[in-house]
Amino acid sequence: MTTFDILAQQLVNGLVLGSFYALVALGYTMIFGVIKLLNFAHGDVYMIGGFVGFAVLSLVGGLVGTGWGGIALSMFVSMIAVGFLGVVIERIAYHPMLAAPRLSILITALAVSLVLQNSVLALTGGEFTAFRTNLGFGGIALGGVFITYNQMVLVGMAAILMLALETFVTRTQYGRAMRAVSIDKDMCRLMGIDVTKIIAVTFLIGSALAAAAGTMAGAYYGSIWYFMGFLIGLKAFTAAVIGGIGSIPGAMAGGLILGLLEAFGTQIPFIGSEWKDVFSFSILILVLVFKPTGLFGKSEVERM
Amino acid sequence: MSAGSDILLQVEGLEAGYAEIKALLGIDIELRRGQIVTLLGANGAGKTTTLKTISGLVRATRGTIRLMGEDITGTPAHQIARMGLVHVPEGRHILRGLTVQENLELGAFAERSAETRRRQMDEVFDLFPILKERRKQDGSLLSGGEQQMLAMGRALMQKPKVLLLDEPSMGLAPKLVTETMKIVKRLNEAGTSILLVEQNARVALRLADYGYVLETGRIRMENTAEKLREDSSIIEAYLGE
Repeated sequence: MTTFDILAQQLVNGLVLGSFYALVALGYTMIFGVIKLLNFAHGDVYMIGGFVGFAVLSLVGGLVGTGWGGIALSMFVSMIAVGFLGVVIERIAYHPMLAAPRLSILITALAVSLVLQNSVLALTGGEFTAFRTNLGFGGIALGGVFITYNQMVLVGMAAILMLALETFVTRTQYGRAMRAVSIDKDMCRLMGIDVTKIIAVTFLIGSALAAAAGTMAGAYYGSIWYFMGFLIGLKAFTAAVIGGIGSIPGAMAGGLILGLLEAFGTQIPFIGSEWKDVFSFSILILVLVFKPTGLFGKSEVERM
Repeated sequence: MSAGSDILLQVEGLEAGYAEIKALLGIDIELRRGQIVTLLGANGAGKTTTLKTISGLVRATRGTIRLMGEDITGTPAHQIARMGLVHVPEGRHILRGLTVQENLELGAFAERSAETRRRQMDEVFDLFPILKERRKQDGSLLSGGEQQMLAMGRALMQKPKVLLLDEPSMGLAPKLVTETMKIVKRLNEAGTSILLVEQNARVALRLADYGYVLETGRIRMENTAEKLREDSSIIEAYLGE
């Protein structure tokens, strides 16, 4: 393999990883937008998404198969179920805390994270669960670079979801309202927008995207466990910060950038792949120090 | 009250405040169909709080607010807006990052039909042609005068029966103040009843039918705009000019 091939291969790996990060980061950033909460339970929502997708696939796999068709169906069901779980979490845990100081709701998010993790821990006994699928290992070779069909489908599905989201936030009244609520809640109320409902819709969509990523990750890596959301939650947070927290295009870009940086980072001499988390979080610190508003973040300047 | 059907907005004994501080200590206001009524007073007199309490942003601790005879005290702000009482807040509050067109579209959030929204937007563009030119631009990057037009245009997207305007002339050049007041007059002539808060008492009294002078959370004086206009001592004593 030439150096070029190695880098090209890492580009592919980075895109796959970045797709997961981006999907999870979107929920992070959207929820931060509407209620200014760093939802530390969001990674665990992704984990629940993986388990729900697994459960659905176990039920319907016999009928529709466990190829990408069955996985797509399970993913869809998981998105709906976990989307509503997100709404319920907001209702029960966050909504009563909206008027409280910011720290209270942050601690609540940590509590929700523990509740979700420990529920699954209790159900699975902390064991890895094999996510059995019928995915092949086929792919195409482009020069020295091998891209599996699985990677293509996965990046494609993530792209479709992100395009759908982009269309929603720019072309529909609810999408515009979501952006508006993240800017000025009182003004939204004066325009007849039911802010509570928009917050619920945001949790629905953000959680559904995390569930999609969770199901795809389970199918792609072949196993799921109760702690799988922890690291990706932190990575998604990093991605959201890189892109500028609160910015939807920023989360997409930040996710992809982080995925690519990590993939390429494994190729730096003397820094093996075991250092990739250190690498990511160093980037987080650098962004926070030198450009805290991120790539797409806006500084808070009010015009009179 | 015999002329009850004529009263669009009736506020009685309104009290409200923030945390420990009571900002309103019993306010009575009436707005009749077709009128422009102005609230005058120095900074901190409670004008803005009065508007915010009427539109539901601030909770009334006492008293009642009736819109077209219906008690709306304690009704959530977004529902009040949908009933036809539209509040254009101080400082305009243009949604940053959204285009002029998106700001207007959201003004008619409760309107389901995109067709109706487009028609209403065309009406707003007729009134403010500059907004049509700038429709693809970020609303927060418009000049102060244009932002004021956008704020009013956005309010008109909701087809208001009652319009609450909080300091529409704030921060505008004198020429634009005159322009803004002409627009207020025109909206009124088109059938919208208006409750106008203004720092600039002379400008407001030229426009209004009736005026209230607020001082530290109470109505200190009320009369027809004509009478208030004649009495220059009022302006000096209560409006600090």
